[in-house]
Amino acid sequence: MRESEAMSINGKAYIAGAWEHPTRKAPDLSLAQLHAECAAGALADAGLTKDDVDGYFCAGDAPGLGPLAMADYMNLRLRHLDSTDLGGCSYIAHVAHAAAAIAAGKCRVALITLAGRPRSEGSSGTAPRPAAGGVPDAAWEMPFGPVTTNVYGMCAMRHMHEYGTTSEQLAWIKVAASHHAQHNPHAMLREVVTVQDVLDSPIIADPLHRLDCCVVSDGGGALVVVAPEVARALARPLVKVRGAGEAMKGQDGGAVDLTYSAARWSGPAAFAEAGLTPADIKYASLYDSFTITVLMQIEDLGFCAKGQGGRFVADGNLISGVGRLPFNTDGGGLCNNHPANRGGITKVIEAVRQLRGEAHPAVQVKHCDLALAHGTGGLLGSRHGAATLILERE
Amino acid sequence: MTDRSLPAPPQTPESAPFYAAAAAGRFLLRRCTQCGRTHWYPRALCPFCFGATAWEAHDGRGTIYSYSVMRRVTPNYAIAYVALAGGPTLMTNLVDCDFDALRIGQPVRLVFRPSADGTPVACFTPD
Repeated sequence: MRESEAMSINGKAYIAGAWEHPTRKAPDLSLAQLHAECAAGALADAGLTKDDVDGYFCAGDAPGLGPLAMADYMNLRLRHLDSTDLGGCSYIAHVAHAAAAIAAGKCRVALITLAGRPRSEGSSGTAPRPAAGGVPDAAWEMPFGPVTTNVYGMCAMRHMHEYGTTSEQLAWIKVAASHHAQHNPHAMLREVVTVQDVLDSPIIADPLHRLDCCVVSDGGGALVVVAPEVARALARPLVKVRGAGEAMKGQDGGAVDLTYSAARWSGPAAFAEAGLTPADIKYASLYDSFTITVLMQIEDLGFCAKGQGGRFVADGNLISGVGRLPFNTDGGGLCNNHPANRGGITKVIEAVRQLRGEAHPAVQVKHCDLALAHGTGGLLGSRHGAATLILERE
Repeated sequence: MTDRSLPAPPQTPESAPFYAAAAAGRFLLRRCTQCGRTHWYPRALCPFCFGATAWEAHDGRGTIYSYSVMRRVTPNYAIAYVALAGGPTLMTNLVDCDFDALRIGQPVRLVFRPSADGTPVACFTPD
């Protein structure tokens, strides 16, 4: 084996289980119960039991200290634990971390869970979230009210200024998501909308309209990542990890540039590991906290040139069966689900559905053998994480 | 127009000298004694080279790099990144202005505004 192969996770792990909780509002379920129901669902999907799990991954949505409280609640016996938190994209990174741990012999069956109840708890994108003590940027930013919507709004404003991107072009991203969501019985918003509907919805934070924003939902999901020999012994279609990348972008000491995201680094790393290019990808799950998030990621991942994202997403180019790059065929965060205000795990779940041929027939991409899932976490316009994952149906 | 009440900044030992100077009406930033670059937000260690940094005054002139008016809450407020003349870009609020007349590239100048506990914070207004 060449050194470059030995140092890669390409082909070293498979996603054997993927399950999305059907709830979108769960005032009567505890947070721990939601996590555990997702775990049970993904393990059943894989054909495994909790006794098979020897690695557990979760992030800041899990209650308690890192993975400890949930691992104890589920009574898991583990030899590998990881609570890397990159915000909403954490679970995409967890797949890569699980693959690396499996490749290194640290575990064979890795469970990843996400769950949350922000809808029941009244969280929103216009209210500040409490900051922990000692966060170094808080003294300089907290007084100015950086919430979610207005920080992403500043990214959109600058993109429009630099590249001539329009609200109409951003609206096409929501339109495409709504075309997909109409086929998802669990989606919060199933009504097909038009560009004009988006433009007619009230401005939340300039220039983002209400329909440029994702939903706030309860729910969750889980994934099971396994060693190749485990995957081959199961009855499920083989979904192989081909490549992954992760990165973060901050304010560069004050050299602020809002026109690009950390996908500029995580994307090429993932494609290099996979030995693929954006042109090879048949389906993309792209984090859609806001329409601008999708547009910037499309550019930074290399699906089009920087600044051309507005033109790329217009006229239905993201609609399955219509455009060049079918995206978020479950309806995404814009229409379906954004559990725990973290959309990373649902991005991987829908990519797995597409590769298995288990997406809704109306949105299933034909001959879908290569898919990408990419997410951001934190705030796109101040500091954010990014994770890219490339998967193949074997 | 009624301005939004500004939450008080949660202070650290690194931020205290800035806010002490702000109380006297002086706007400070940090410059590296090793590589010579200024940066934001102020840090003891230079974010470009880890060299030691020192405070210096800035006249508070700059231009709007980007902004977003929060329309969903009352009162509305305008968050922004302002590029300081010859210096770094910082997060702030734009105050005492017509939110509908703001534009990227517009010249602005610093105005200190009292936050909830009286600590002055660095806002900007069209010049």
